[in-house]
Amino acid sequence: MAALGELASLRRSKGVKATPAPVERGDNKAALFFMAPWFIGLFLITAGPLIASLYLSFTDYSLLQPPNWIGFENYERMLGDTRLHNSLRVTFTYVFVSVPLQLAAALGLALLLDRGLRGLAIYRSVYYLPSLLGGSVAIAILWRQIFGTDGLINQVLGFFGIQGQGWVSHPDYALGTLVILNVWTFGSPMIIFLAGLRQIPDMYYEAASIDGAGKLRQFVSITVPLLTPIIFFNLVLQVIGAFQSFTQAFVVSGGTGGPVDSTMFYTLYLYKEGFENFRMGYASGMAWLLLAIVAAMTAVNFLLSKYWVFYND
Amino acid sequence: MTERTEGTSPSSAGRDGSVAGVDQRPAPAPSAVAALQDPAAPAVPVPPAADDTGGRGTRRAAGRSPWASRARSLVKHGMLIAVGFVMLYPLLWMLASSFKPNALIFRDPALIPSEIDLSNYTVGWDALLHPFSHYLMNSFIIVAGAVLGNLISCSMAAYAFARLNFRGRKLWFAIMLMSIMLPIHVVIVPQYILFSQLDWINTYLPLVVPKLLATDAFFVFLMVQFFRGIPRELDEAAHIDGAGHARIFFRIMLPLATPALATTAIFTFIWTWNDFFSQLIFLTNPDMYTVPVALRTFVDSTGASSWGSLFAMSIVSLVPIFLVFLFGQKYLVKGIATTGIK
Repeated sequence: MAALGELASLRRSKGVKATPAPVERGDNKAALFFMAPWFIGLFLITAGPLIASLYLSFTDYSLLQPPNWIGFENYERMLGDTRLHNSLRVTFTYVFVSVPLQLAAALGLALLLDRGLRGLAIYRSVYYLPSLLGGSVAIAILWRQIFGTDGLINQVLGFFGIQGQGWVSHPDYALGTLVILNVWTFGSPMIIFLAGLRQIPDMYYEAASIDGAGKLRQFVSITVPLLTPIIFFNLVLQVIGAFQSFTQAFVVSGGTGGPVDSTMFYTLYLYKEGFENFRMGYASGMAWLLLAIVAAMTAVNFLLSKYWVFYND
Repeated sequence: MTERTEGTSPSSAGRDGSVAGVDQRPAPAPSAVAALQDPAAPAVPVPPAADDTGGRGTRRAAGRSPWASRARSLVKHGMLIAVGFVMLYPLLWMLASSFKPNALIFRDPALIPSEIDLSNYTVGWDALLHPFSHYLMNSFIIVAGAVLGNLISCSMAAYAFARLNFRGRKLWFAIMLMSIMLPIHVVIVPQYILFSQLDWINTYLPLVVPKLLATDAFFVFLMVQFFRGIPRELDEAAHIDGAGHARIFFRIMLPLATPALATTAIFTFIWTWNDFFSQLIFLTNPDMYTVPVALRTFVDSTGASSWGSLFAMSIVSLVPIFLVFLFGQKYLVKGIATTGIK
């Protein structure tokens, strides 16, 4: 959680004069040695390609022919690309539905697991395991079967006499199966919540208890406000992650984003444009739009946080 | 595994009991502001990982009849076990199904196969161009390279950020933090062009070399956090004794940072093993396929006709992660709790 905290405080501390670090021996030479891999990586693998993709987004590059400058043509095409608009709608729906559900599950279980529960370590492991496996192709394959026409869900439903349908192959439900998959991986935010709950000093509860506050009152007046920074942190992190989901949609839909583009995540469309249709200029433009969206969502989150996140310090 | 969810075995109780009380005091909130003023500021306390039960249990029972509290506790455990069961059910069912003949998978939601049939594994192992061990080996080579690369490059950069004074340190530090959040999609196209110019497509290099260059900034940050917690007196003393930075780094910082190194290694292992996007893009030759890409080809080539062998190979692909999870839990939990990685 500290990465975001530090970035946020970077913003907050603007203009404050930093205490000069004790001037020691000149470390520049040693730093150059220790930082060399990172510097090379930054320029060749991260920042360089970042700039290059901005340039490519103004070209018609297709891997086969050298890039020609075409100005804003790619971006203009994006304005009229209904498939792209659909993929944005799919992705936003996915983010706005699955992230709150996932965080609610994570918080709910973290609250149940807090307070000296017997077997805490085992529950925590069981709930956390899906987070490690959830991103794998194997689990996506499993999901494809579970929610298929003859899948596990329909077997169980059939047991109760309900006639199910092919959930993955139905345009109205396919995205829902991916939402469930994301909610299933609530374990990692849950562990962050657990760490946050443990930071709340016991004496707050003791004091409230002496003043006659009930459990509910304690939860509303102590737990929730003190947990808001953690909720905020999880929210930012999961939103950023959910926007970039790819593997599950790719495997569950067999690489098509179907049925009828109902699981066409933005990144899946980007992959198809760039690496199947080789419209790399267009894909670069899409990538920059993604970057802009993720940055904007994070910024909005930070702006809104002023109204609901409570910082104790 | 279902039994593990019960949480009533003596060993589990003992494990909780043994850690409870060790780490009850909440750590002071990390003073991120101070830390950012000076990235090398000493001792940003790492919050305690949530790996113990804490001392809250004591206030729970006060003022309530033992029966009511026991009933509450039973209900609570009942709920927790039910949730755990629902969560694990798909996994256990996949495991069971991998031992069932194909026809049974479609009409048997039971967890215990009526007969154990290993043919799914033998058939699945040889269903693709190469035996499955070939893909496992490709994955392992890439994972080994990535783990080694991250351990070396990220710890070096972290040492510089945490301990050295150099020009523009704060700026580079901020850039490093921001690069953590950069979506890979924004750099993948130029990376692909770069690597194909170098003739690296369909080699291990595009997946390993970036790790040697500390591009997983998450781990740089994780280790900066950890290095800051190591008392400065240790390296000052070594410095006075005439040790250079290389010596301090190898002899003092790295040995003390083994928990952070372990966390880095474990997460790199899991992420690289599961990584699909970049392996799909950089490895297009079936000889070079890794486990995820091979599994994907398997789905496409067989469709729904052979779920049994598909499940069997899926299980095989999950075994390494499961083992890492089993033996590395402590570091996983610490890693998530302190940095919020997945």
